[in-house]
Amino acid sequence: MNALIPLPIIVPLLGAALCVIAARARWAQRIVVLAALTSNLVVSIVLLVRVQDDGIGVTQAGGWPAPLGISLVVDDLAAIMLVVSSIMLLTVFVYAIGEGQEESRYAAFGSVYLVLAAGVSASFITGDLFNLFVAFEMMLVASYVLLTLGGRPGQVRAGMTYVVISLIASTFFVVALALIYSATGTVNMAELAVRVPELSHGVRVGFSLLLIVVFGIKAGLFPLFFWLPDSYPTAPTAITAVFAGLLTKVGVYAIIRSQTLLFPSDAQQGSLLLVVAGLTMVVGVLGALAQDDLRRMLSFHIVSHIGYMIFGLALFTLSGIAGAVFYIVHHIVVKSSLFLVAGLAEFRTGTDRLSRLGGMVRSTPTIAVLFALPALSIAGIPPFSGFVGKFALVDAGIQSEKWVIVAVSLTVSLLTVYVMSRIWSSVFWGEADPAVQARLATSSGRMPVLMTGSTVVLVLLGLAIMVFAGPLYELAERTATQLLDPSQYVEAVLGGRS
Amino acid sequence: MSVLLAFTSAALFATGTFLLLQRRLSRILIGIGLIGHGTNLLLEISGGAGGIAPIIGTGDQQDFSDPLPQAFALTSIVITFGVTAFLLALAFRSWQMTHDDVVEDDVEDRYVARRTQDEFVREGEAAERAQAAEEDRS
Repeated sequence: MNALIPLPIIVPLLGAALCVIAARARWAQRIVVLAALTSNLVVSIVLLVRVQDDGIGVTQAGGWPAPLGISLVVDDLAAIMLVVSSIMLLTVFVYAIGEGQEESRYAAFGSVYLVLAAGVSASFITGDLFNLFVAFEMMLVASYVLLTLGGRPGQVRAGMTYVVISLIASTFFVVALALIYSATGTVNMAELAVRVPELSHGVRVGFSLLLIVVFGIKAGLFPLFFWLPDSYPTAPTAITAVFAGLLTKVGVYAIIRSQTLLFPSDAQQGSLLLVVAGLTMVVGVLGALAQDDLRRMLSFHIVSHIGYMIFGLALFTLSGIAGAVFYIVHHIVVKSSLFLVAGLAEFRTGTDRLSRLGGMVRSTPTIAVLFALPALSIAGIPPFSGFVGKFALVDAGIQSEKWVIVAVSLTVSLLTVYVMSRIWSSVFWGEADPAVQARLATSSGRMPVLMTGSTVVLVLLGLAIMVFAGPLYELAERTATQLLDPSQYVEAVLGGRS
Repeated sequence: MSVLLAFTSAALFATGTFLLLQRRLSRILIGIGLIGHGTNLLLEISGGAGGIAPIIGTGDQQDFSDPLPQAFALTSIVITFGVTAFLLALAFRSWQMTHDDVVEDDVEDRYVARRTQDEFVREGEAAERAQAAEEDRS
C-alpha cells in the first residue's frame, strides 16, 4: 500500500505536464485530466480501504528516514478527505467541459486544474509542516490562476484581494514555521507531536494561536472570512464550486490536524474556537440573508457552515470530532452541488440575481428538483445528510454541556432554512423579470448533458451520504478515535526509530 | 549578528505592513515584497548561529551551520518570487482596464448597502404618509 501513497500527488502533476505539451489538442487534454482524476479516485479509495485494514500508512519521500526526510502519511482522516475531494474534482471537471466557458477557452485550464488537485492531495497526505506550506502554495497559486483566468474587471479586482490575503496568510505560515523550527528544531509533524509538549506553556499556546490564524484565513473563520464572499463568486461556476467545496475545507482539515496532533490538551484552543465557531455561523448566515446575488449568497453561506465544523472540533471529544468529520464530507458534496445548480440556473436564464429570477419551478422543473434536494439537506431537514451531521454535532455539544453554542447552532440552522426558502421563493416561485422570461421563451431549454449529468451525480452522492449515514458515521468515529490518540500517528511515522 | 538580522527582519515587517495598508496597488505590492524578504530572513535565522558550509569532510560537524533553514528559505524565496510575478501581472491588467491603481471597493457590497438604504427610505416615506393620513383624519 505504501507505494500508492505518493500517487495522488505525482499523477496529477505528471498529467499537468502532459496537458501543457498537448496545449493545442483540447480533446487530448481532457482525456489526460479525466484519466489523472479517475486514477486519483481509484487510488484514494484503495488507500481508504487499506487504512481501515492495516492502520496508518507511511512512506518516506526519497527513502530518508522520518525526521530527516519528508514523510507522507495517510490516516483515516486523510484518506476520507482524499476520496471526497477526488470525487468532487472529477465531477466538477465534467461539468466544466459541459459549461464550455473557461475550460474550452483557455488551454491552461486543464493543467492548472490538475496542479490544484495535486496541491489539495498533498495538503492531506503530507506529514511535514513545511511541506504543508508548499502544498498550500501549490493549491493557492493554481487557484489564483483559475480565479482570474478570464481577466474580466470583476475577476481582476476580486482576484487582487484574494491573492493579497492569501499571501499574507502564507507569510504568517512561514513566520510560524520559522518560530517553530527555532524552538523545536524540526518540522516533521510526528516529531513535533513529541517535541512541542517539552516547550513552555506560553510558547505552545502562541504556536497554537498562530497556526489557527494561518489556517483560519484559508478556512474563512470569523473574523478572517471577509475575502471569501467577495472573491469566490467572480469565477465561473465550476471553479467556484471547487473553491467552495474544497479550498476552505483544506483550511479546516489543517486546523483539525494541527490542533489534534501537534498540541497537548493545555494548548488546544477549545473555548476560543467555540466562540469563533459561534460567531462564524451567525455572521455567515446573516451575511447570506442580505445578498441579492445567488452565488454570493451561497458563498456567505459557506462561511456559516465552516462554523459548524469548527464547533465539532472545538469540543475535543470523540463525538464532536466525529460529527465534524461527517459534516465536512456532507458539506463538500452538498455545497458543491448547490453551486453547480446555481450555475445551471444562470446558464438557463443568463442572470443570478434573485430579484430578476423567478418561476423556474414551472419553466425548468429539473433544476428546481436538483436544487431542492441539496438545499433541504444543507438546511438540516430530516432525513437528509445535513440533519445527521447537525444532529451529531448538537448531540456532542449537549454531551459536553456547551449550551450556548448548541443554542447558537440551532438558531443558525433555522436561519439557514430561511436562506434556502428565500432562494426557493424568489428563484423558483413568483414571476421572472421580463428579460429573463423572454430568454426562457426563446431558447430551446436544452441543457448540456454533461452539466446536468454531473450535477445529478453530485446530488445523488449527497443522497447516498444520507442513505449510508450509519456506516459513514462509524467511519467518522474511527477517524475521531485515531485523531484523539496522536500516539498512533507518531508511532506509525517514527516507528522504526528510537 | 543574529540580533542585527532579527532587527532587520523586524524593520522589513514594519515598513511592509505600513505599505500594505495603503490604498495604492503599487505600494501594496512593494509592501508584500518587503514582508516576503522579512519572512525569508526570519527563516534563515531560525537555524541559530551561522557556521561554515555544511559539507561533510570539510571540517568539524560542530562548526557547521544548519542547512535545513537555508533549504526552507530557498523554497520560500522561489514561491514568493512566483507569486509576486503573478501579482504584478494582475496589477498590470488592472491598470490596463482602469488606468488607475487605487484598490476598488467591492461593487456588490455597495449594491447591497444601497438596496438596504433604499428600503429604509421607502419604509420611512411610507411611515410619513401614514402619519400624514392619520393627521388628516383627526
